[in-house]
Amino acid sequence: MNTFRVPTMAEMIAEGKSPEVLFWVGCAGSFDDRAKSITKAIARILHHAKVSFAVLGSEESCTGDPAKRAGNEFLFQMQAAQNIAVLNGYGVKKIVTGCPHCFNIMKNEYPELGGDYSVQHHSQFIATLISEGKLTLADDHPYKGRRITFHDPCYLGRGNGEYDAPRSVIEALDAELVEMRNCKSKGLCCGAGGAQMFKEAEKGDKEINDKRTEDVIETSAKVVVTGCPFCNTMMTDGVKSAEKTESIDVKDLAEMIATAANILPE
Amino acid sequence: MIAQLIFALIFGAGIFFFSKRIAFISRNINMGRDIDLTDRKIERWKTMARVAVGQSKMVTRPVAGILHILVYVGFVIINLEMLEIVIDGLLGTHRIFSDLGSIYGVLIGAFEFLALGVLVACGVFLIRRNLIRLKRFKSKEMDGWPSLDANIILITEILLMFAFLSMNAADSIAISREFEHYVGTANLSGAFPISQYLVPLYSRLSDAGVIFAERGFWWFHIVGVLSFLVYVPYSKHFHILLAFPNTYYSNLEESGRLNNMASVKKEVDLMMDPTTDPYATAPPNTDNGEPEPPPCFGVKDGADLTWKQIMESYSCTECGRCTSVCPANLTGKALSPRKVMMDCRDRMDVIGANRDANGGEYKDDGKNLVGDYVSEEEIWACTSCQACVDACPINISPMGIILDMRRSLIMEDSKSPDSITTMFNNIENNGAPWAFPAASRGDWIKDS
Repeated sequence: MNTFRVPTMAEMIAEGKSPEVLFWVGCAGSFDDRAKSITKAIARILHHAKVSFAVLGSEESCTGDPAKRAGNEFLFQMQAAQNIAVLNGYGVKKIVTGCPHCFNIMKNEYPELGGDYSVQHHSQFIATLISEGKLTLADDHPYKGRRITFHDPCYLGRGNGEYDAPRSVIEALDAELVEMRNCKSKGLCCGAGGAQMFKEAEKGDKEINDKRTEDVIETSAKVVVTGCPFCNTMMTDGVKSAEKTESIDVKDLAEMIATAANILPE
Repeated sequence: MIAQLIFALIFGAGIFFFSKRIAFISRNINMGRDIDLTDRKIERWKTMARVAVGQSKMVTRPVAGILHILVYVGFVIINLEMLEIVIDGLLGTHRIFSDLGSIYGVLIGAFEFLALGVLVACGVFLIRRNLIRLKRFKSKEMDGWPSLDANIILITEILLMFAFLSMNAADSIAISREFEHYVGTANLSGAFPISQYLVPLYSRLSDAGVIFAERGFWWFHIVGVLSFLVYVPYSKHFHILLAFPNTYYSNLEESGRLNNMASVKKEVDLMMDPTTDPYATAPPNTDNGEPEPPPCFGVKDGADLTWKQIMESYSCTECGRCTSVCPANLTGKALSPRKVMMDCRDRMDVIGANRDANGGEYKDDGKNLVGDYVSEEEIWACTSCQACVDACPINISPMGIILDMRRSLIMEDSKSPDSITTMFNNIENNGAPWAFPAASRGDWIKDS
């Protein structure tokens, strides 16, 4: 179970196969070391659940989300046109992604530009796999009964009204879910959205991720779960600056599921 | 007869000045860019019914929400009584509807309970603003006029309700003393459930004094209401009218969706089209043969807003729920979504006055919404988290305006923080916001 090959779309097509699902990895998932382990967990979950999937590999390019939210509509639409040409070229119908920003922009903003796909966030996809019995978790895993809180990514929750899928995944882990004082539609941002990830914050009296970390600490949860690589970075930094790394883990949903299903390499 | 004339004059003046201001605001709204919101009518009516009529987003904060409903219901229903007051004023009658039968007494009684509700709610609101000093009402943009405006509204409503109840109290004394004109209103039994407690205030007055009090409160009330009518569209209180169209024209898309700019799409399509002639001149405008002026991207000044965004700015009642959930504001940054809305409105007031003073054509005053009203520091602090959009009780989107302002900063003025420029360059060069080679995008696969 330790090694398997993640096929690219080009390879699949060359073999005359066309996968059901395209796994859109995203920039963070491709390049950021921490996010890469989330990507690997998602790939392993898809493989384990026998989902026919492929990635674009080097043919994938930024969706244009940070450019658009920073005001550069030209750059966004150029990126979108390029990605849509690739996706339509491969006849992609169904996309699953580990990044809520990619999810939102492909789901809501690509259709008008010619890219109409059924797009799912990995929490939604995993929730379905579990409910369909395609993914079974070990009887005994480290998250069973653990006190866990979920940080709603803005572009999954408020942006697209999805609050239940990630929670149903946590429920499947048989963990003790505790909500933060601001959760679901009232969830506080981690501070990375709107291209903030790529710049210094404006002058203020606190960092947004530190504020959000206070909400986490208040729940006395042992794990704060994210569904977004940027939230993950922000919460990891927040927990670090609060000197709570010993007591609070920052995990993506996919990592926890992969651990609980015993499919991660040692 | 003279009283009727004076009444007609005051009433006409009230309507005139109110209409004048409404016309000014609608001219300002019409200066905005076009946006087509004529679709999905049923959904729009439903949204308005739920959010504006049904106050669904107010009650997410129960204390303010329920008190607000007291004032709202009181305002709407007590205004039924205004119809009678106006007819009485014009015809010189007294309680013309009292012939309706015992239902009249029940109605007036109900109005009194509602008036009490309004009194209590406004009292609590004053306490929240001025004694408890809730943080939401005390940010910098609320200094001066906005705070005074709020207090004027609350005190006016208290005075009007007090006058309404006092008028009824004096009336009931007049009835008990069997004055001519007043005794006929026999259907008023049980009509004064609240004002009966005000009777002792006026019961020692002479007969003439009672009539003077009753007439005095009647006039105070109606003149107050008409003055308030004129005041409202100059004030944040204008939300009582604009909340309805503003929610009708709500954004019905997912709040995560940010519009694709059509003007940019045209250019990108041309760029991607291999048959495009790169040396072609712009196609002439059909009206006069002149080439169309290049579009201005995003929002730089007031008139770059869409008419809906300008409507939002006039609908905002400065409650500050947006600012109180804004992650940037919560962590001490300069950005306050409420201030952005107030700035848009204030700017449109200036632009509108300038336009009217210059024969209908706005003359450049050397100022812009971006820069002179909203600073770049504020604009760059937004995380686009949509908390402000979610929090607004009447579905205003400050975030939409903030992001449109970024569009003009970037696409008109090429102004961005250095690190944002680097991010753009990285995306252009290697398809990722970081400087990693595109070819290494799939490298994670090797060690998965």
